Amino acid sequence: MMLHSILFYVFAAIMFGAALGVILSRNPVHAVMFLVFTFFNAAILWLLAEAEFLAIVLVLVYVGAVMVLFLFVVMMLEVDIEAAKRGLTRYAPLGIALALVMAIELINVIWLRGQGEESTAGFAVTPEGYSNTEALGAVLYTEHVYSFEIAAVILLLAIIAAITLTMRKRPGLKVQNIAKQVAVRAKDRIRVVKMDAEKKQ
Amino acid sequence: MIGLNHYLTVSAMLFVLSIVGIIINRKNLILLLMCIELMLLAVNTNFIAFSRFLGDETGQVFVFFILTVAAAEAAIGLAILVVLFRNRRSIAVQELNTLKG
Amino acid sequence: MYHYYLTIVLAPLAAAIIAGLAGKKIGRAGAHWVTIIGVGISCALSLLVLKNMFWGGAEAENISVYTWAVTDGLRMEVGFLVDRLTALMMCVVTFVSLMVHIYTIGYMHEDPGYQRFFSYISLFTFSMLMLVMSNNFLQLFFGWEAVGLVSYLLIGFWFKKETAIFANLKAFLVNRVGDFGFILGIAGVVMFTGSLDYATVFASADAVAGQTLEVLPGTPWNAMTVICILLFIGAMGKSAQAPLHVWLPDSMEGPTPISALIHAATMVTAGIFMVARMSPLFELSTAALGFVIIIGSVTAFFMGLLGIVQNDIKRVVAYSTLSQLGYMTVALGASAYSAAIFHLMTHAFFKALLFLAAGSVIIAMHHEQDIRKMGGIRKYMPITYWTSLVGSLALIGFPGSSGFFSKDLLIEAVKESHWHHGATAGDQLTYWIAYLSVLLGVFVTALYSFRMFFLVFHGKERMDAETKSHLHETPAVVTVPLILLAIPSAVIGWFTVGPVLFGDYFGDAIQVQSAHDVLAHMGEAWHGSLGLLMHAWQTPVFWLAASGVWVAWFLYLKRPDIPATIKGKVLPLYNLLDRKYYFDDLYIKGFAAGGRNLGKFLWQKGDELIIDGILVNGTAKAVGRLAGVMRQIQTGYLYTYAFAMIIGLTMLLGWLIWLR
Repeated sequence: MMLHSILFYVFAAIMFGAALGVILSRNPVHAVMFLVFTFFNAAILWLLAEAEFLAIVLVLVYVGAVMVLFLFVVMMLEVDIEAAKRGLTRYAPLGIALALVMAIELINVIWLRGQGEESTAGFAVTPEGYSNTEALGAVLYTEHVYSFEIAAVILLLAIIAAITLTMRKRPGLKVQNIAKQVAVRAKDRIRVVKMDAEKKQ
Repeated sequence: MIGLNHYLTVSAMLFVLSIVGIIINRKNLILLLMCIELMLLAVNTNFIAFSRFLGDETGQVFVFFILTVAAAEAAIGLAILVVLFRNRRSIAVQELNTLKG
Repeated sequence: MYHYYLTIVLAPLAAAIIAGLAGKKIGRAGAHWVTIIGVGISCALSLLVLKNMFWGGAEAENISVYTWAVTDGLRMEVGFLVDRLTALMMCVVTFVSLMVHIYTIGYMHEDPGYQRFFSYISLFTFSMLMLVMSNNFLQLFFGWEAVGLVSYLLIGFWFKKETAIFANLKAFLVNRVGDFGFILGIAGVVMFTGSLDYATVFASADAVAGQTLEVLPGTPWNAMTVICILLFIGAMGKSAQAPLHVWLPDSMEGPTPISALIHAATMVTAGIFMVARMSPLFELSTAALGFVIIIGSVTAFFMGLLGIVQNDIKRVVAYSTLSQLGYMTVALGASAYSAAIFHLMTHAFFKALLFLAAGSVIIAMHHEQDIRKMGGIRKYMPITYWTSLVGSLALIGFPGSSGFFSKDLLIEAVKESHWHHGATAGDQLTYWIAYLSVLLGVFVTALYSFRMFFLVFHGKERMDAETKSHLHETPAVVTVPLILLAIPSAVIGWFTVGPVLFGDYFGDAIQVQSAHDVLAHMGEAWHGSLGLLMHAWQTPVFWLAASGVWVAWFLYLKRPDIPATIKGKVLPLYNLLDRKYYFDDLYIKGFAAGGRNLGKFLWQKGDELIIDGILVNGTAKAVGRLAGVMRQIQTGYLYTYAFAMIIGLTMLLGWLIWLR
């Protein structure tokens, strides 16, 4: 159990470092890399909480797809870093103050109003042979099947929306029109002319 | 023992960090989007912690859906960003004030 | 008979629609032919109905044609109640209307609105028939308003003439006052009986009579009295009883055929007809009858006086109409409903005749209406002269004419009425007011009728030479209706007086309580028309009429200088009469101006200042100013909104943690 705690604290600390890196780095590419790192650490924390399926999904789907998307965009847009960073500190005092207030509030909620022993104690031990993935699947495809369908539709919507937004017609692009090619008839293209043979000059 | 409160604290700190991030990176749209991702991560961690604490998988199902929606949001947000950049050759937030009253 | 009734009502309507909507297409001749045929069919069938009623012994019929709506037990229907009262009215209306249609061909033949005019008068016939044939209050009200509308349209027929527009507006507004009372009366009927149908209402009338109504808290009024007086206020507007009479003289701005048809013979009698139709209700309220008889006698006498000082040929006849309507109202108040209806019928003929004759004179004089500029027309227009004489004699009640029978017996009925035999001082006072009014009214009637007659047809020729050279008898379309109307004016009283007044002609159509039934009482002493005629010279009526004629002859033919002298001697009285008792001044400068000022005040202060200024624009301005301040918050920058959200989230959390 001790090891468990140590691992938790270590990865939590690394995660904070990475998160700080996200918000403080001047280069967006670095920020994305830090974000990926943050997600990895969060996935480990989730693993420690025995939410294996979601941890894997976070790494595979989120880091593998979404974060890479971020990276693409960041690199594609070649943002002027210096211009973007100007005025960084003007609102910093306000930000710190707000963050402090929020932190105090959250600590207040979590530690002072928490349920004492019960909430500081570890999570209940899962029974033998428990599979997180199976349990999740059991509720996802039964109880929450409509929500699941809706989630699928939302993803489809996101695909369509992203494509519609970013697609543009380039003028002068040469493309085949298969239907037209197939529909062509010989008489449209060639004309057979009858004429007398001519002597070679 | 590592229990509910620890996880909640971690996610709270992550959340506060992302707020700070939003405030100090207010002029960079991409970083704003990333801070939002961080926030969602904090929220998801909360869900997982409570799910484990209460022994109810529904919390994790929620996380599943939040991931879905967040992915959709990121995709569309980035698409908008790309279109914006394509139209204005810049994503500087301080130039985007057509909604000014 | 059902199809007959429908045809009677719908033929004029169809004609009106054809002439009105397709007037251009069918042309002038088409318009007058189609309307004359429509009204002619109505007239013929009406006469047939009357014949069936009178000689054939046909029963009264109560037919429901169409149910328009049923709400909460209240049936709104279109239906016909055709009894002897209705049959008589139908004949009068359609016959006079037919005459006027024919006459109009001559009178309006130069007018550009020829087709429109025919459409209107046919529409009027339809409306009036709907009114008289109705078997329920709703349809009665429909007819009531429809004739009012047509009257409005026709008074203002020459809509480019400013006085005509003023007159039609005045007529409409004054009628609104009456109609307001009328519809309140109908509402009262519905409230107490829950029905609009005549038969149901009359059947439950006795039950209503016992109930009281508290309009003002603490003062219970007899429900039947309230209902009857309200209904009668409607009749006062339509039948031009004082003080709602002011519109009728002004309505002479309309074309003369209209004055004859609507403002003398038929529409203005709608009030009389209505009260007679409602006799089962009015009989149950002595107070309402007292109100009716007082209003009637005031109108009969004082409006007659005004006729003496008028110089416009049509206005003289108009005031005589007012006076005669007053006579009918007096008869209603004396419970002699049959006498009122009988006078209505004879009056319709001779008054239409007088108007058409006046119109004939006006045509010949090239639309000159001032009798001071006429005189000696007799030899140029013999037919008009003789028919006018018949009409005037009928009007003053010359023995033997139709007016003699109706008016003489009407006065007799007042004399014998229950008011005379009433015990209280109030009854006696009412009786004396009514009796003296109608009696002196006879003298006044004779005076103004023959003043006009002498000034127009006798004496010096005062018109200019130009007019004089063109003076000749009017064409046949004008004179034929005159002759056709002169015949009933002269003789119809002979045949009808017996059955109508004493022969129980109306049967159940008019119900009179036995204590009030003056006509039955008189009927016991009835010896036939001839007997009445033989005794004519014994009555004060005859001598008063004769003296009136004599005075008129003396003042305006023998010594034409005297009237001016008299006028100088009694100038205040003359002015009072000339200004029509200052009613117009009171209404126009008092009510109308007051209404306008009130409206102006409400418009400027209430509408423009409070509603527009403060409520509407003020709200908009306040919102605008507030928005001007609030828009400063909307910077349009993304991060401002993000900050706002975060600050809001922090504050919400803080509130949840510490303050709640």
